[in-house]
Amino acid sequence: MNRTKKSSAIVAGILSLSLIAAACGSDEETTTTTEAAAATTTAAAADESTTTAAAAETTVAGGVETTAAPTESSTAMSADTGVAVDYAALQGDLVSSGATFPKAFYDEAIATLAEEAPDLVIEYGGGGSGKGRSDLQEKVVDFAGTDSTVKEEDFAKFTGGEFVYVPTVLAPITLSYNMAGIDELQLTPATIAAIFQLEITNWSDPLIAADNPDATLPDEAIVVARRADGSGTTDNFSKFLNAAVGPDTTGEWLLGTGSELEWPEGTQAGDGNSGVAQIISSTEGAIGYVDLSDANANGFKFAAVQNKAGNFVLPTLDATTAAAEGVEVKDDLTFFVGWADGDQAYPIAAQTWIIAYTTQDDPAKAENIRGFLTYLLTEGQELAPSIDFAPLPDELREMAMANIAKIGA
Amino acid sequence: MTLTLSDLRTKKQVGDRVFRYSTLVGGAVILIVLALIAYTISSKSSLIFRTEGLDFFTERRWAPSADKPVFGALSFIYGTAITALIAVLLAVPVSLGLALFTTQVAPKWLKKPLVTLTDTVAVVPSVVFGLWGIIYLAPKLVGFFKNLSGWFDGIPVLSSIFGTVSAGRSFLTAGLILAVMITPIITSLAREVIETCPQTDRDGALALGATRWEMITGAVMPHSVGGIVGAVMLGLGRAMGETIAAALVIGSSPTITANIFSSGDSLPSVIAFQWGEATSDEKRSALIAMGLTLFVLTLIVNFAATAVVTRAMKRMQGAS
Repeated sequence: MNRTKKSSAIVAGILSLSLIAAACGSDEETTTTTEAAAATTTAAAADESTTTAAAAETTVAGGVETTAAPTESSTAMSADTGVAVDYAALQGDLVSSGATFPKAFYDEAIATLAEEAPDLVIEYGGGGSGKGRSDLQEKVVDFAGTDSTVKEEDFAKFTGGEFVYVPTVLAPITLSYNMAGIDELQLTPATIAAIFQLEITNWSDPLIAADNPDATLPDEAIVVARRADGSGTTDNFSKFLNAAVGPDTTGEWLLGTGSELEWPEGTQAGDGNSGVAQIISSTEGAIGYVDLSDANANGFKFAAVQNKAGNFVLPTLDATTAAAEGVEVKDDLTFFVGWADGDQAYPIAAQTWIIAYTTQDDPAKAENIRGFLTYLLTEGQELAPSIDFAPLPDELREMAMANIAKIGA
Repeated sequence: MTLTLSDLRTKKQVGDRVFRYSTLVGGAVILIVLALIAYTISSKSSLIFRTEGLDFFTERRWAPSADKPVFGALSFIYGTAITALIAVLLAVPVSLGLALFTTQVAPKWLKKPLVTLTDTVAVVPSVVFGLWGIIYLAPKLVGFFKNLSGWFDGIPVLSSIFGTVSAGRSFLTAGLILAVMITPIITSLAREVIETCPQTDRDGALALGATRWEMITGAVMPHSVGGIVGAVMLGLGRAMGETIAAALVIGSSPTITANIFSSGDSLPSVIAFQWGEATSDEKRSALIAMGLTLFVLTLIVNFAATAVVTRAMKRMQGAS
């Protein structure tokens, strides 16, 4: 009895000691990370001041979000688009799944729409573009989010017949890096291709120096961070490189395109945008492609990338919307927003669609889907900048509204 | 009321029968589940074996979404093998030392808490080890790896094993995490085996004037070596099949190299990360085939371990 008491006391003692040690250790961690965050916040602030419009838009959107009264917004909408939806009358539930890239935006829109349409319950499950498309094929969901378009050979798999693409939102993909001593970085597509194919492995490489004539570059190894899972972000990043310096143009990028690539041996891969962000934040010398919201959440520094017009542009929301203005849109509203024309267009950006069947079994369901999508393209667009997503340009938005109208019963 | 013999017999028989059938069902369920798993994964992976044949095991390229897709499992098999090997190499000395210390050397008051502590490590969920690995261990290890790589620079063979360091996620990091995870398993099994060594053998050795070290090497080890080998193999099986902890720290970059500081990938890790977006039939089939490979490998290791342990047990019973 006495002995067991004694030994359990020892165990408890050791455990609590290790817990205390852990607590102290993590304290240290937090202070250092906050410092880093503080340092980079100022950098981000500087970035924003150069693109004042983006900042201004964000605050306006914030104001609308808090003060929006149902009547005010519905009148605004009818003036805007000629489509008025009486959200309060919508009833029922919608189930959806798909792309994780716009999930934060959809979740935000669903939450604010719930205030106007209390009887409409919408669930967006995420799970990836591939899951969304196969869920919609089997009619498990009412609509699906996808970052990439459906291949022609898969059309037959969609048991509900014809479907439409509705583009919803855009976002820049940043080239974030963690390298002390480099506060501003400019990269041309050819240099990016060389870095991500591990052809250059040091920050002081002449190729990087040529892009940054005024900078003093540290003699440190480059660590490439990329996605381990199949991802629309990888797809859009590789499509940008392929369009800019692929085999059809100057020929520096040889890994092709796709949601997963055959990377050279020796890269570091993480699961999801947050996994890549974790590698960058914990590895001195790392560079990787992550979406803007993860880059901002981690306080990363990111590179200005040379666009088609030859200008180095930072990944701002304005520069992303600007890229979409010059984009070539196909009849079914599919398009690729990367490597677009325009002086101020940021060249690496991602687009995303919601796909839904044009013929719904139930008229009320059709009305609910139209209602939600209309909300995304009207008031939702104003919410987008506050969570690091770029709204669609007006012309594209009107085309998208026309596609929503095709959804019927 | 008198209880006749026949009453007693029927009562007893009912209880016997219920017990017998319930154990039979229990045993059968395990076998059926195992058979169903084996059947499902082999039938679902047959597609890739039809298209790729045995090249699946010898091809090192993994390019599932190329224009002409290539599915090779070699670099993942290599990664699984090398991380499990590192884990066993690191864990065995520590486990044996711990087991011998607790059974032979430690004073009584220290023995119980030590046993409890090692068993506590065994119940820590593997994802916790993985998270600790990426958040704390991997970034901290980079400096140490660089030093290590510097020491062996220029020495043949060793300089290619301890090659250039890029970042904290590597074969060695995964091996380290796995070593921590399998240490308690090997320790507690080895401890139990060592404890079966008869006190008379040990006393005899000491009475002949052996030191404690000679007693351990001369009396305890020969008696327990079979059981310890079995314990190590069970640990190896665990290390090969461990998914999430290894997946988080290995770097997920299919690589075949002698450099243990390089990032790589393993069978369970690629299944976990790439299943979600595996939309083509071939890719699904290839991932399931990797699962099958892992299943067969761990089965072989486990069967071998069981065989070694049973043989050792039999011999020990014969000896004592």
